[in-house]
Amino acid sequence: MTNQELKDSILKIEPTAVLNEGKQYLNLTVASDKWHDLAQQLKGNKELAFDYLFNLTGVDYGDTLGVVYHLESTTFHHVIVVKVSADKQNPQIPTICDIWRTAEFHEREAFDFLGIQFTNHPDLRRIFLDEEWKGYPLRKDYDPSVNTI
Amino acid sequence: MAEEIIIPEADNQEISINMGPQHPSTHGVLRLVLSLKGEMVQKVEPHCGYIHRGIEKMTESMTYQQIIHLTDRLDYLSAHMNNAAVCLAVEKALDIEVPERVKVIRTIMDELARIASHQLWWCSFGMDLGGLTCFFYGLRDREKILDIFEETTGSRLIQSFYCPGGLMADLNPNFQKKVKDFIVYFRKILPEYDELLSGNIIMMERAKGIGKMSKEDAISYGMTGPSGRGSGFSCDVRKHHPYHAYDKVKFNEVLRTEGDTYSRYMVRIDEMRESMNIIEQLIDNIPAGDFAVKMKPIIKLPEGEYYQRVEAARGEFGVYIISKGEKNPYRMKFRSPNFCNLSALDTLTRGHKIADLVAIGGSLDYVIPDIDR
Repeated sequence: MTNQELKDSILKIEPTAVLNEGKQYLNLTVASDKWHDLAQQLKGNKELAFDYLFNLTGVDYGDTLGVVYHLESTTFHHVIVVKVSADKQNPQIPTICDIWRTAEFHEREAFDFLGIQFTNHPDLRRIFLDEEWKGYPLRKDYDPSVNTI
Repeated sequence: MAEEIIIPEADNQEISINMGPQHPSTHGVLRLVLSLKGEMVQKVEPHCGYIHRGIEKMTESMTYQQIIHLTDRLDYLSAHMNNAAVCLAVEKALDIEVPERVKVIRTIMDELARIASHQLWWCSFGMDLGGLTCFFYGLRDREKILDIFEETTGSRLIQSFYCPGGLMADLNPNFQKKVKDFIVYFRKILPEYDELLSGNIIMMERAKGIGKMSKEDAISYGMTGPSGRGSGFSCDVRKHHPYHAYDKVKFNEVLRTEGDTYSRYMVRIDEMRESMNIIEQLIDNIPAGDFAVKMKPIIKLPEGEYYQRVEAARGEFGVYIISKGEKNPYRMKFRSPNFCNLSALDTLTRGHKIADLVAIGGSLDYVIPDIDR
């Protein structure tokens, strides 16, 4: 599918989504409460068939936190980048590890480093750092002196 | 009359034991918490982070030239490919076209690194299953590639040979001859690998039908590289999103559909042959020219987001850069193939014996610094 066709079919599923073409990939921004339903459609829809989540990144944008999902279809080889942002005080984003199972570890990593709460995640714990670690190191306002090694 | 065997109640209960962090078959500092019923694995829970260095955080205060040296230390057996991912992302962001010579040399180096990595995997996989001879054979042959690397790049394991815009140095005059000698040598030796291990009845008993993964699950878990291709998931970045000179060479993507430990094993063996084919097509046709384009000493990427995928020895390696126009990235994320492959370990090993867990882990070929980052 070309980017224009992708745009049209995604807007048909979720009219509130915002799509714009980046330098490399098509970018899709969606509200966090709409994300889980859209994700199911992105994988389940036979023409879209985004079945391969090849990257999941947590980002601190300063005012908000966000998660960036890189998705590819293994049949059509089209790629889309989905961005979901969350409030910094209470960052909640629905989990998608029931749709793409690789997300389970990736979401634990984003929780570990940025403190993003993935709702309905089966086992949301720190994955790399110690359970007693204070703060979230990849946040821009993280103070490294609170943890002494 | 034979005595009646009474199984104590405790034997029937689920027990939890640690495998690692210091265990030879985890190939590094990884702790697996196993839930066992007798000898059968009920659940595997990986505990990572023993050698977590916070590389993603470190990149935020480093320049792109410095970051190259950190990427070597992720998957140290795919050092060239990891370097390439960062270099290609930077070059794409700045619209720099590297000379043909650079592309060809990078392709050859990547494939040599892939062969060396698969050799080391082969010898440690053999040793995991109790075949100690493999270890000596594999290391003996890998040594020859490391010698080639040492002559040109100056180091044997973590070379940091690529830099944004090209290469750190030109090729050693002996390079072509040595690579050609190696290919002749290794084509003769590779059948010995098959005789020693691939057709070995003990090895087949322990690998065939063990640790099965369907294609759908492999895609869902993001299992890439030889592990994913052993399940029939066509995920070769070199084929689907070519970089370097991969669009100019002919090679097959090795795919097998069984999805068990043995198919992951055979994919790697066949990939070594394909890598040699690629090198043979290029080694006599290295174009003349510069080995790097001149770059500014301080590289500032224009504001935006950049993603670069490469095929490392263990799967798809990715670099995601968010730049705010500064000399260091605002956020840099490494998509590590081993991290995703590890997440599938629980599904792969459920219902198998502990000894099979060692075989399955060996067939996934994880490198811990790449998981922990």
